[in-house]
Amino acid sequence: MSTRQFGRPIKRNEDPRLLTGRALFTDDVQLAGMLHVAFLRSDLAHARIRSIDVEGASRSPGVVAVYTAADLGEFWQPGPLLVPPPPVEKLAFHERTQVPLAKDKVRHAGEAVAMVVAESRYIAEDALDDIFVDYEPLDAVTGLEAALREDAPLVHEDLGHNVSARVTQTKGSWTQAESEADLVVRRRFLYDRGTAAALENRGIVASWDEKSQRLTIWDTTQAPIAIRNGLAAMLGLSEHQVRVIAPFIGGGFGPKIMMFYPEEVLLAWAALQLGRPLKWIEDREENFYATTQERGQVHDAAIALKSDGTILGVKDQFLHDAGAYAPYGLTLPISSQCTLLGPYVVPSYHSEFSSVFTNKPIVTPYRGAGRQHGVFVMERLLDIAAKELDIDLVEIRRRNFIPPDRFPYSNEIIFQDFTPLVYDSGNYEPALERALELISYREFIGTEQPRREEAGERVGIAVVNYIEGTGIGPYEGAKVTVEASGKVTVATGVGTQGQGHYTSFAQVVAEQIGVEVSDVHVVTGDTDLFYWGAGTFASRGAVVAGNAMHAAAAKVRAKILKLAGEKLEAAAEDLELLEGRVQVKGVPQTSISLGRLAAEANPMRGSVQPGTEPGLEATEYFGPERGATASGVHAMILKVDPETFLLEIEKYVVVHDCGTVINPLILDGQIQGGVAQGIGNAFYEQLHFDDNGALLNASLMDYLLPTASDVPNILSDHFVTPSPLNPLGVKGAGEAGAIPVGALFAQALDNAFRDIGLEVREIPLSPNRLFELVSEIPARETA
Amino acid sequence: MDLTITVKVNGREYERSVEPRLLLSDFLRHEIGLTGTHVGCEHGVCGACTVLVDNEAVRSCLLFAVQTNGREVSTVEGLDAGPQQLHLIQHGFWEAHGLQCGFCTPGILMSLVPFLEQNPDPSEKEIRDLLSGNLCRCTGYQKIVEAVQLGAKLIQEKSS
Repeated sequence: MSTRQFGRPIKRNEDPRLLTGRALFTDDVQLAGMLHVAFLRSDLAHARIRSIDVEGASRSPGVVAVYTAADLGEFWQPGPLLVPPPPVEKLAFHERTQVPLAKDKVRHAGEAVAMVVAESRYIAEDALDDIFVDYEPLDAVTGLEAALREDAPLVHEDLGHNVSARVTQTKGSWTQAESEADLVVRRRFLYDRGTAAALENRGIVASWDEKSQRLTIWDTTQAPIAIRNGLAAMLGLSEHQVRVIAPFIGGGFGPKIMMFYPEEVLLAWAALQLGRPLKWIEDREENFYATTQERGQVHDAAIALKSDGTILGVKDQFLHDAGAYAPYGLTLPISSQCTLLGPYVVPSYHSEFSSVFTNKPIVTPYRGAGRQHGVFVMERLLDIAAKELDIDLVEIRRRNFIPPDRFPYSNEIIFQDFTPLVYDSGNYEPALERALELISYREFIGTEQPRREEAGERVGIAVVNYIEGTGIGPYEGAKVTVEASGKVTVATGVGTQGQGHYTSFAQVVAEQIGVEVSDVHVVTGDTDLFYWGAGTFASRGAVVAGNAMHAAAAKVRAKILKLAGEKLEAAAEDLELLEGRVQVKGVPQTSISLGRLAAEANPMRGSVQPGTEPGLEATEYFGPERGATASGVHAMILKVDPETFLLEIEKYVVVHDCGTVINPLILDGQIQGGVAQGIGNAFYEQLHFDDNGALLNASLMDYLLPTASDVPNILSDHFVTPSPLNPLGVKGAGEAGAIPVGALFAQALDNAFRDIGLEVREIPLSPNRLFELVSEIPARETA
Repeated sequence: MDLTITVKVNGREYERSVEPRLLLSDFLRHEIGLTGTHVGCEHGVCGACTVLVDNEAVRSCLLFAVQTNGREVSTVEGLDAGPQQLHLIQHGFWEAHGLQCGFCTPGILMSLVPFLEQNPDPSEKEIRDLLSGNLCRCTGYQKIVEAVQLGAKLIQEKSS
């Protein structure tokens, strides 16, 4: 092929629709006779429900129905466990999943207790004021250690304790590492909650068509196929009677793959009850309670090293905040546990955690999904150890990198995808060197920083490393079809939330078929158009669905060449695919268009050879043996305002390796957006719950998302270490930007305040918190 | 009691009877079906719902529809001259990958229209100051800044 489509920074196919306001988002669905839903949510985080009086609401003009748990009958069931525990020895797991409407008690603020269906959303919300719930308030448990105390209030009384799970994974012998060590560093690290805050809140439209006996759901989900399968089972319908459409989605970042949200189940059920279409659109306040959150963990960690900085082992005991229910099983803490090991040789590792129920909103993956914590703990331990051993921060990392000739590299424990934690490939040192070069590390440390500090400024630099397990299974599929128009359609089951799939997937297919990227129409997120698949999560779209597309497109290419060979009376190897035509190499006048071939492949009369498949079409599936390990280095220079403790990020560098790159423009966008979320997580965003479990900052006025004034330009570079585990050699990149930013802030602030010995051991920070941390350091005696 | 209002939206006049409490955002989206204006926070912070009222950028979630009686409203649907004829600002966004999920984009575009009229050649700082009124959760803003710079350049080239 003369022009390569793969690897080029092609502008996106989907943009004209989005730019002109003509893309369909869930809230844009407008159906005749549609009713609107609002939920009454508990203000209390923990309370017994004595009674619910819906009489007044039911009588309000315009109200069509009011439902409580009692009205759901047999349909009231706790949600399914999404991810069962992986096969790890010494594992305890207690399944408690969310319920559609709270029945006997509420377990977190914002849990839904009643559902109102009305002619308009305004009427539905008015009617919420006319529902009276008699609560018996119970003491709430919000802290992780508090949840484990003997006398702690119980989130699930039948369990007798608040432990959701306990897991221990080990490699080598920590005891031996500790005994052989020249230095053991022990610290406690805290990581607190934030929220994904996609600009689009969640929403669902459900419509039951009596005549066709079909249920259609528009849902802001990252996993439409799994939603279809689950809803069909719950409602006693065939999967073919349920169509789930995940149209354009205004950001996902993980919480939109939680399932089943109570609202998903209830809208579908009520649409069948009422025989009218229903719409519920989450408002921003609801989003702060009813959409899942992430990141509460407390780590007690230790690292054992030789005096030259060689790591002998790490021991980590941590608590993970599951929130009130744990539908996602152990995905997050296991991800933390595995990601901690990073790009380093860690001969021995002892990691044990308890996942704990609290009276706070449910915790499920949010961009990074447990990886932030692991990276934070490991990078901080290395920073502190380097200081104690008087070794350069960069040097201690370099000394411990897994060398490039040791891949595949086994860490001897089990990852969140149930497979052994084996890194497929990697080459860490060149990326580190490049990051140092881009941030001018030596120059900053050697001359710039001393000069500026002399002038009274407070500036700091940081460099951190991380790895990211991406592209996990089980599988995705794709169907590639050349149509009689000569254009190509590719359908897949993963949903899309802004990642540019309409373009990057089109590039994978266009590369094989020899058409323009703009002539490849990608269909995602409609269960009627592709039946099988798992969903968009864990930085896996490009890896898993991308390789399925590659396989399907290669098969279609073979079909094209075979048929064209017959038509043009030429051998397949003498043909080339070019600009929507097949031609004999070097003989453009002997050619046939793809559209014509597609028509020929679908004869309407006459006969075909027995066994002939119609059309230029193929469906293929791809499931990797295990995930592909991406890696990267972030570096930053920041300035601290000595009066306000506000930060200015003067320079931010990302050097990243996600294997083969499909579209560098889209990749850069993913990295930049991830870093922005990481910056929010590190220094702006924190959910503040009081001791009663009430969320104190449930609005975008009080929960600060980074703005264009806060996020710097990011200087990035890429290295390519292709994954041997998939034909395209790609690794995931969706979460990379967000993962190491907390660790980076901590190191940069330590560096900026090294004169007073600051040691940051928690994230998120804020100007206030930074001021407190600095103020808590006892003044040193001046010499 | 409903009130009858007459509003010109993207050059077309609409007469509707509405509740006084009906938000302008809901009026645009649900009463007249212009769903390109998105609602992200309903309390005036995120800027996704930004539209122009008499050529001034406003948050449509903070205005009542009745407040626009007799006035002119412009939404993202009025920016382009047809599917194949994007506004130059939209071109800037397309070329520079200034959007990902695209949910915040209409509000950003509408904030930019009067801004670039008043500041045809803005500095990066001025662009970032303007954009700080609109939240984007996908892009990290860098490519939005580049998109605005490109859009401004395209407009200047056309007018010169």
